[in-house]
Amino acid sequence: MTYLLIPVIGLYLTSAACYGAFLFIQKDGYQRAGFALMLAGFAIHTVIIGVKAIHAGVIPVQNLHETLLFAAWVFAAVFLAFKLHSRLKVMGVFAAPMVTLLSAAAFMVPDKAVEIETSFASLWLIVHVVLIFTGMAALSLAAGTGALYLIQKRNIKGKKHRFFFKRLPSLEMLDSTGYTFVVIGFSALTAGLITGFVYAHTVWGRFWSWDPKEVWSAITWLIYAALLHERLMARWRGSRAAILAIIGFAVMLFTFLGVNFLLEGHHDEFTRW
Amino acid sequence: MNSRDGKAASGNELSMTSNQSGLPEIHLIGINHVSAPVELRECLAFSTEQSETTLAELKKSKAIREILVISTCNRVEFLFTSHFREQAVQTIVDRLSAAKAIPAHRFKPAMYVYSGDAAVRHVFRVAASLDSMVMGEPQILGQIKDAYRLAVENKATGVVLNRLLHKAFSTAKRVRSETGIGDRAISISYAAVELAKKIFGRLDGKTVLLVGAGDMAELAVEHLHRNRASGRLFVANRTFEAGVNLARRFSGQAIHFEEIGASLARADIIISSTGSPGYVITQDLVRPIMRERRNRPLFFIDIAVPRDIDPNINRLENAYVYDIDDLQGVIDENVSSRQSESVKAERIIDEGVIRFRHWHDALDVVPTIKEIRGKLKAIAGAELAKTLQAMNHLSSEDIESLGKMIEAIVNKSLHDPMLFLKNPGSHRDKSLYIDIFRKIFKLENERD
Repeated sequence: MTYLLIPVIGLYLTSAACYGAFLFIQKDGYQRAGFALMLAGFAIHTVIIGVKAIHAGVIPVQNLHETLLFAAWVFAAVFLAFKLHSRLKVMGVFAAPMVTLLSAAAFMVPDKAVEIETSFASLWLIVHVVLIFTGMAALSLAAGTGALYLIQKRNIKGKKHRFFFKRLPSLEMLDSTGYTFVVIGFSALTAGLITGFVYAHTVWGRFWSWDPKEVWSAITWLIYAALLHERLMARWRGSRAAILAIIGFAVMLFTFLGVNFLLEGHHDEFTRW
Repeated sequence: MNSRDGKAASGNELSMTSNQSGLPEIHLIGINHVSAPVELRECLAFSTEQSETTLAELKKSKAIREILVISTCNRVEFLFTSHFREQAVQTIVDRLSAAKAIPAHRFKPAMYVYSGDAAVRHVFRVAASLDSMVMGEPQILGQIKDAYRLAVENKATGVVLNRLLHKAFSTAKRVRSETGIGDRAISISYAAVELAKKIFGRLDGKTVLLVGAGDMAELAVEHLHRNRASGRLFVANRTFEAGVNLARRFSGQAIHFEEIGASLARADIIISSTGSPGYVITQDLVRPIMRERRNRPLFFIDIAVPRDIDPNINRLENAYVYDIDDLQGVIDENVSSRQSESVKAERIIDEGVIRFRHWHDALDVVPTIKEIRGKLKAIAGAELAKTLQAMNHLSSEDIESLGKMIEAIVNKSLHDPMLFLKNPGSHRDKSLYIDIFRKIFKLENERD
């Protein structure tokens, strides 16, 4: 199954290259080629995930390889869905390498069967994983737009109008796009956590067990909740919202990977390798 | 561009009898800063009085119909219409040589001659300041307007050059308002608008506050309006009346100078251009406003010297301050984008040339007569059809002869006007009559 990943990674990589070329050359064709390549890679990617799911009869997140592969797939799906609605072309410069990186990481990790004690055959678990990953993808894109916002703001404040000034969209557009990502990501994350609690209740008989992953998820959630709260009170626009989105992303990344490697807990086994 | 000599000279153009039934063509002969060094240009430059006498002299030539002289420090050009290009050129060269006491061989090699579309394009480019030494400098349009006025006062122009010059003025205006090519003031307001777009994205619904009602401020507002900054406009001026006048022009609202602080909460873009020696808007004034504005961005454009707006405001979150030097910096960095602006300008010029050609082509005897006859026949035919509907008893022969009668009436009543149009007398300007005919019969081929 793993060899099928090579064309997928190849397509994602060329897509990333096209977006990179778009950033420098600013010809619309590159950006459209990047989108098409990403779509092609996503199609094969979907087949791989589908075959794995049918083969195992459960959602394919049983080891680190599968988890990364699934995360990459959800990330690509979120980006492609976003691209259909937005004119923010430069986003692919951030998203395409990210998807490439995730699938390449999956490729590097051996796909070996792991003895799993807990049940995977629960609808709650499927919904939980899909929602959490969707939320993570949207929140990563929020961090990406946040970074672009900070770059563009620096250009305008510092009165430097060279490379990025011309290539990046307006502050207003970056700000509102980032906000949209945070809203989508936060909603998905919240729903994902709730389904996780329900699943935990069915498996372990309790909603919350002070598992490190749970604690860090709660911290991540609180950061984004604070961001949204301040945003709705309409105080934290622009830079502060962008910086918080980036901090939230870093914490989220730690929750996703760091906790599994550095701390222990019941999410451990899903990422064992 | 710069393909010299739009049309190759042919031998028979020299004879007075050829080609006279058609309209005279548009030609242009001259030198400019590219074709001739300054030493030569200053020798050939005309004063207003000299231009007048030259116009009067050249008007007498049989080879020249309409004529206009443009003389600035960067160019000396003769725009004229003629059936006999070579003769007309020779007449002008001789006249120039005589008036300036310079042998023709000294300046003739530096001269360019354009005909037809090439001449029209050249006039448009000159008027739009694309042919200037400093591209986009504003004086040239005024100089051409003066040259045109002089020619009109001396009755040296006719239908063709009148139309051509008016089109040159409107095309130049379009180039100015739709591209970034312009004098410093215009490019500064252009740069300001581009920056505003990078901050706000779309400008519709954005409120503008003018502090000081100067020319530059007015220009910037005009530019913002053209970019659909459709929000409200406030004008704060020391003399309230000037503020009221400017506000009325853009259907805005004048406010007192003391109200600036309060209006900052509503404005998005502030353009300041007062003659005040100190800062009009300080950091302490803006800081509390940002909270009130719920951190919506605020963009200050300071085009006053000395500055009106405290540069420290730029350090406040979501507030952006650009003074005139900053904007100039933006313009300098955008030299490469100016290249694409000039492509846009050339496109506007091309459009103007094509439109003018359509008008000019229609301004001929044969198409005009055809169009008049076509129009009358269409009217007669429609009336005949209407009448015949109520007359079922007529045989097909009757109908046919009625049709013939109608056609004969149309042809016969047009006979004399046509004869006149074909030969309105040798001293008369045919294009003038064709133009009048086209207007009377409302034959318009050009959309404006």
